[in-house]
Amino acid sequence: MNGSKFTAVWLAVVFAFGFAGIWHLQHRIDAERAALHQEEDEILLRSGKLMKVLSLEYAPFVATIYWTRAVQYYGNKRVHEDMNLESLWPLLDVATTLDPNLIPPYRFGSTFLGEPQPQGAGRPDLAIKLLDRGIRANPDHWRLYEDLGFVYYFGMRDYAKAANAFLEGSRNPKAPVWMKIMAARIAEKGESRDTSTFLWTEIYNSTKDPMLKENARIQLMLLHSDEDIDQLDQLAEEFQKKTGHRPAGMRELVGAGLLPREPVDPKGFTYVFGKDGKAQLNPASPLYKDLPIYRRPI
Amino acid sequence: MPGPAIEIENLTKDYPTGFLETKKVRSLDGLTMQVQPGEVFGFLGPNGAGKSTTIKLLMRIIFPTAGTARILGKPISDIGMHRDIGYLPEQPYFYDYLTAAELLDYFARFHELPAALRRERVAQMLKRVGLETAGKIQLRKYSKGMLQRVGLAQAILHDPKLVVLDEPMSGLDPIGRREVRDIILELKQQGKTVLFSTHILPDAETLCDRVAVIVGGKLHGVGKPGEIVGVRSQGVEILCDYASEDNVRPAVLAGAAQSGSHYRLQVSDEVLYVTLEQLWKAGARIVTVTQIKPTLEEYFMHLVAANRAQAAAVEVSGK
Amino acid sequence: MKCIGIVAWNTFREAVRDRVLYNLVLFAFLMMAAAIFVGQISIGIEGTVIVSLGLTAISVIGLLIAVFLGVGLVSKEMDKRTLYAILAKPVSRWQFLLGKFGGLALTLAVNTLAMGAALILVLLYVKHSLQASDAGVLVAVYFIWLKLALVVALALLFSCFTSPLLAILFTAGLYVAGLFVEDMRTVHSAQMSEVFQSFLRGVSYLLPNFQNFDVMGEVAHGRGVPFALALQNTAYAALYCAMVIFAAIVIFSRRNLK
Repeated sequence: MNGSKFTAVWLAVVFAFGFAGIWHLQHRIDAERAALHQEEDEILLRSGKLMKVLSLEYAPFVATIYWTRAVQYYGNKRVHEDMNLESLWPLLDVATTLDPNLIPPYRFGSTFLGEPQPQGAGRPDLAIKLLDRGIRANPDHWRLYEDLGFVYYFGMRDYAKAANAFLEGSRNPKAPVWMKIMAARIAEKGESRDTSTFLWTEIYNSTKDPMLKENARIQLMLLHSDEDIDQLDQLAEEFQKKTGHRPAGMRELVGAGLLPREPVDPKGFTYVFGKDGKAQLNPASPLYKDLPIYRRPI
Repeated sequence: MPGPAIEIENLTKDYPTGFLETKKVRSLDGLTMQVQPGEVFGFLGPNGAGKSTTIKLLMRIIFPTAGTARILGKPISDIGMHRDIGYLPEQPYFYDYLTAAELLDYFARFHELPAALRRERVAQMLKRVGLETAGKIQLRKYSKGMLQRVGLAQAILHDPKLVVLDEPMSGLDPIGRREVRDIILELKQQGKTVLFSTHILPDAETLCDRVAVIVGGKLHGVGKPGEIVGVRSQGVEILCDYASEDNVRPAVLAGAAQSGSHYRLQVSDEVLYVTLEQLWKAGARIVTVTQIKPTLEEYFMHLVAANRAQAAAVEVSGK
Repeated sequence: MKCIGIVAWNTFREAVRDRVLYNLVLFAFLMMAAAIFVGQISIGIEGTVIVSLGLTAISVIGLLIAVFLGVGLVSKEMDKRTLYAILAKPVSRWQFLLGKFGGLALTLAVNTLAMGAALILVLLYVKHSLQASDAGVLVAVYFIWLKLALVVALALLFSCFTSPLLAILFTAGLYVAGLFVEDMRTVHSAQMSEVFQSFLRGVSYLLPNFQNFDVMGEVAHGRGVPFALALQNTAYAALYCAMVIFAAIVIFSRRNLK
């Protein structure tokens, strides 16, 4: 009887110390490995063709694994405010090669590959490549035409092709009426804030993916702030006419009676005037971080 | 008058050996013999002599290089004939996830016994081999001896005309061996034919009507047990007790081996009674008197030595 | 004929007592975890993910059982000599072999059916309602079973004349080769000679084509499987199995045991 109690105690002791050691060691190992670049492990498996062979007959399943990884990858990068989204394309490429009928990667990729940094990888060309594959494999899925039109409109600023994409998509009897209208409008007017707002609102209302929805919301806020900024620039002109110099801050505009109160962006932060005298988002505003980098002042 | 239970004609088995399996070892060489119905036939020989090989050839576990055999008048390729034979393999092993009762029931199904009869027979057999209480235990928990008994049970379960037992006594304690002997005798009484192989001479002597002796793959004789090992007796061994105050041995115990007050003395048959009288007169107490018999090993060594000149012919190479 | 059934039933019993069916517990846990976490992977494709995960698991688990138990069907009996007593019974070697095959095929049928049922249940839970197209999942599961039966036949054949390890390797190798049969057929390479290419094409028709049974993509995306394909695949599997088992019988019937 005593013998087995003794053994039990020894077992407990060994395991307690053992796992304590393992715990500490693992933390050390994690720190060490964090120093290495862990995304490189995707390099081996970046080839869609290779993965197709390795997946044997389980390609659709492996596709969902790659798709999951893509979402995790993107989310992780955003949390750490890391703008380097190099691996996004390979992940989506492999996922859609393994299962061309898996729709979410196309939609995700159209947004987050096509948009400029920091939201996306800034590679609308890859987004188009992805969407072309998606449309070829799923010609009946009219939303992919919508996404294609999107990328041409926002990412490539190729309004002719954008209009064409919306037109193609509108041919599908299941497609909503606005696609035809959009096609005509873009063909006629090219880029306009109304169009952009409409498109983003459409995405916001129709998507169930929280990341895409959030992204659309931010884009709408940016568009809203663009409008505000245009108005503020006009007011600044008026101020200059009145006073002979550019306003230094919003308070002066209020003081001059041009504004009832200090204007705030959709996140509640006051607009400011930049060094060039133009109105801009307050650098302290979270919306500032969402500005495409090429639009950040200075 | 029915024909022989087993007829073997020139049965030969070669095994390929060597690196590229080009050489051959002849483990059975032109065996020709018969087993008559209703007799208990012993297959004697040292280990590796070819007894198991012969039995496996009969059961079609291996196939002959040459020669033929018939069982109960039918060729050994006749599967239907297996309905009338029972077989206990050497060192049997059965499905260890089954219980003895389940195994016997499984085998009984092959003999197309209806369910009620199966149950009855299985219970009967378990009792017959002394496994009544162990019937519901999984075979993986069985000892070697118990497995041997199960093997025997499955061999006689379906009331076959011919029973073939390969080393049925191996792994059994003396009680078990006695029981197997009893079963064999019972089978004989029931008019069945029994063929069993063994290298233990006393078993063959007590049980067999006839024996065949195989050494080195060749048959060295068939006949009654006494005839085969009818070698001159090597005499008699006397065990006696003798105690005396002075450590002087009587003349009669001069050549005896001593341990304490026990003396072991060997004398020839002729002087047996004279010696006994002398011991009695000297005051020794006789404990046992035993006939010294040659062991089968000695007999076979004798045989092998006598045939050493032909030993080279046993191995046939390059054919 | 009855002997085949007797052997088959005992083989099934052996698998059950060997706790092979416990793999179902593993599968159940896997499916439950999937059901709980699938929502976090991606909205809108819960059904797709569950189906592709479920079918993958059924296939992989089934393959492991088919290969390892399939190879052991005969090799274990020869090794442990449990076969000897049976050979003395009025049952021929070919009946024995067919019975062994049948027993494992039955085990796999029970196993796959149970897993298929669990998959449908989880699908129902995740999608909250089932459509007619979801019946395709059951067809996919049936195809997996056909594939497994063919793998068992191959494992049986190889174990009749090679060691268990080699039999496992050969069977696994043929399975993988059988997944690339179509690529063999359409190979066009400047580096290979015409003769070799047509040789490959010929061989591709002889190899067991496991791609025939792959409908995961269709079923995961809710598309149906044509009835004609189901019939053809059944016939293909039956015919190929019959040939392989026939070869196994020929080899096994002549084999000297230890």
